[in-house]
Amino acid sequence: MIPFGQVTGVAAPMMAPNIDTDVIMPKMFLKGVDRSGLGEGAFNLLRFSGGKPDPDFILNQDGYRDSCFLVVGPNFGCGSSREHAVWGLQQLGIRALIGTSFAGIFNDNCANNGLLTISLEAGVLAELAQAVTDSSRNDVTIDLAAQTIRFDCGRRSIGFDIEPDRKEAFLTGRDFIASTLVFADDIRAFEARHRAENPWIV
Amino acid sequence: MAGRTLYDKLVDAHVVRNLDDSGLVLLYVDRTVLNEYTSPQAFAGLREAGRKVWNPKAALMVVDHVNPTAAQRTRAMPDRGAARQVDYFAENARDFGIEYFDILDPRQGIEHVVAPEQGLVMPGMVIAAGDSHTTAYGAFGALGYGIGTSDIEHYLATSTVRYRRLKTMRIHLTGAAPLGVTSKDIVMEVIRRIGADGATGYAVEFSGPVVSNMSVEGRIVMSVMIVEAGARGVVIAPDQKVLDYLKGRPRSPKGEMWVRAARSWLTLASDSDARFDREVTLDVSEVAPLVTWGTSPDQAIAVTEIIPDPGQQAAPERQAAASRALNYMGLTPGLPIQSVPIDFAFIGSCTNSRIEDLRDAAEIFRGRRVAEGVRAIVVPGSTQVRAQAESEGLAKVFTDAGVEWRQSGCSMCLAMNDDVLKPGERCASSTNRNFEGRQGPGARTHLMSPAMVAAAAVTGRITDVRSLLRGARQ
Repeated sequence: MIPFGQVTGVAAPMMAPNIDTDVIMPKMFLKGVDRSGLGEGAFNLLRFSGGKPDPDFILNQDGYRDSCFLVVGPNFGCGSSREHAVWGLQQLGIRALIGTSFAGIFNDNCANNGLLTISLEAGVLAELAQAVTDSSRNDVTIDLAAQTIRFDCGRRSIGFDIEPDRKEAFLTGRDFIASTLVFADDIRAFEARHRAENPWIV
Repeated sequence: MAGRTLYDKLVDAHVVRNLDDSGLVLLYVDRTVLNEYTSPQAFAGLREAGRKVWNPKAALMVVDHVNPTAAQRTRAMPDRGAARQVDYFAENARDFGIEYFDILDPRQGIEHVVAPEQGLVMPGMVIAAGDSHTTAYGAFGALGYGIGTSDIEHYLATSTVRYRRLKTMRIHLTGAAPLGVTSKDIVMEVIRRIGADGATGYAVEFSGPVVSNMSVEGRIVMSVMIVEAGARGVVIAPDQKVLDYLKGRPRSPKGEMWVRAARSWLTLASDSDARFDREVTLDVSEVAPLVTWGTSPDQAIAVTEIIPDPGQQAAPERQAAASRALNYMGLTPGLPIQSVPIDFAFIGSCTNSRIEDLRDAAEIFRGRRVAEGVRAIVVPGSTQVRAQAESEGLAKVFTDAGVEWRQSGCSMCLAMNDDVLKPGERCASSTNRNFEGRQGPGARTHLMSPAMVAAAAVTGRITDVRSLLRGARQ
């Protein structure tokens, strides 16, 4: 996964509730056996209309084309488990999502790839969303080590919570499989006991 | 000490070790099922790192998402991408030593139909798989939940996942379902009440007399569909019905081992004094057949209701979302949903493609014809369900009614194969998701029970199935 330290960039508001992974990554882009070409797929049906960029879509508008953060509505990433949604957002240049709540599988997929998700109280999020709706005030700095989001041209700063293990994993870009395999003996011991207790599981 | 929930017992029984002191654990996973579209990058990752699969025997690979469902089954895939995915899938099965049901296998079907059908899902297991609807297995008293591709890779390499314990929600169902109201309507009613994120962060346990009286297949419907309220895991305490369903399945324990297993499985339940973080109670006698009007599964109304006015939504973002949904769906507030004509009727998906679903639909189709201008297809959940429906005479009921009788697969639930609607086409669908573009760019999906889909197919418009049920016929 990509490590996350301090990142500064444009944040785009996308406040509709329940933006699902079908919308984030339409099925036409799910036919690969690797991760290529998913940047084109991200929000494809919203981004393009008749083969041209749709001016109604926020990421096609002046001041938002190079967004690296999205400020999102509740339950972002609901629906299908497709991790392609996360790979596509990253290929589009998105480094973090700031919202109130994220769907479970999507949130895990983000964590496994280094796409930071930050959950804020609805009132606090609304202030951030309002600020970044103005393209002259849409620069945001996320400092993971300090657990702060600076916005409104650096005039305001808010804190956020993140579990210690998760924070550490994001900061270091941890290889989760390698870190789990350190416990291979524990897994073997568990497995032997579990099978003895449940011998019908083969 | 307060009693434990069944969910907590299943998690406790699978903790290999704690990873921190805030509830993050290494959780042992008993089983997985793999499909051809969420697994390739996981296998590629294993290959790149030179890692093996920890326990190949615990996995099953089934082609289901991208294959065609045309009546004549062949190895041909609808496009080059799909063909490449299926080839790579077979290659991975061979190289990593995993059991594989290819497209011509008589056991092929939708992964969540096939796994229980084969007896691979047993009470007390933890099953994680690369598909959100893995919660299906909760119906058997197994903790099932969906994971992404990175976690598939992690599972394959270690037989574990990193896991943070969920909050618990009990959905207690009382009363008796009226005629024409199915498990699908009940779970849709729950979702419309608690919202599309009402169960986000929770493991759900369904309980109550309605669940005890419900068939195992009905419980699967609810376990699959509650994902659309954000549930990350589902459990239902196993009972004699579950044992009856599992006994004699190809992979179920046999003889003395069956007796031991069954005895153990029947002890799996929440303690009577277990505390849940949230309790939801629903009297199902008040539930009517439901239909979605929007593009989120919680945007649903009783079939007798009128299409709602977005202005009734309190929050401005919700108002905007409802307006956008109505615009996408081409619907006008204030009109009865029953007036809405359809172009297409789809019966299938891991939610509603099992034999009981097909029987429900056949009851409506029997002696009737699909309405002029409507195309209707039935895609059975597995090749075995297809064979059973043929032997019961259901397939003939469908074809006599003018319905296309297909081969199994996920098909038009997510339209990754060649079963895709055209922009603007409106579909009565027994599936679980009505998202924008789900059944094809610009396609309009109305979720409902299989019987309701059949009713819409024969009348040409969204229809209260109760007007067509036996006894209601003149």
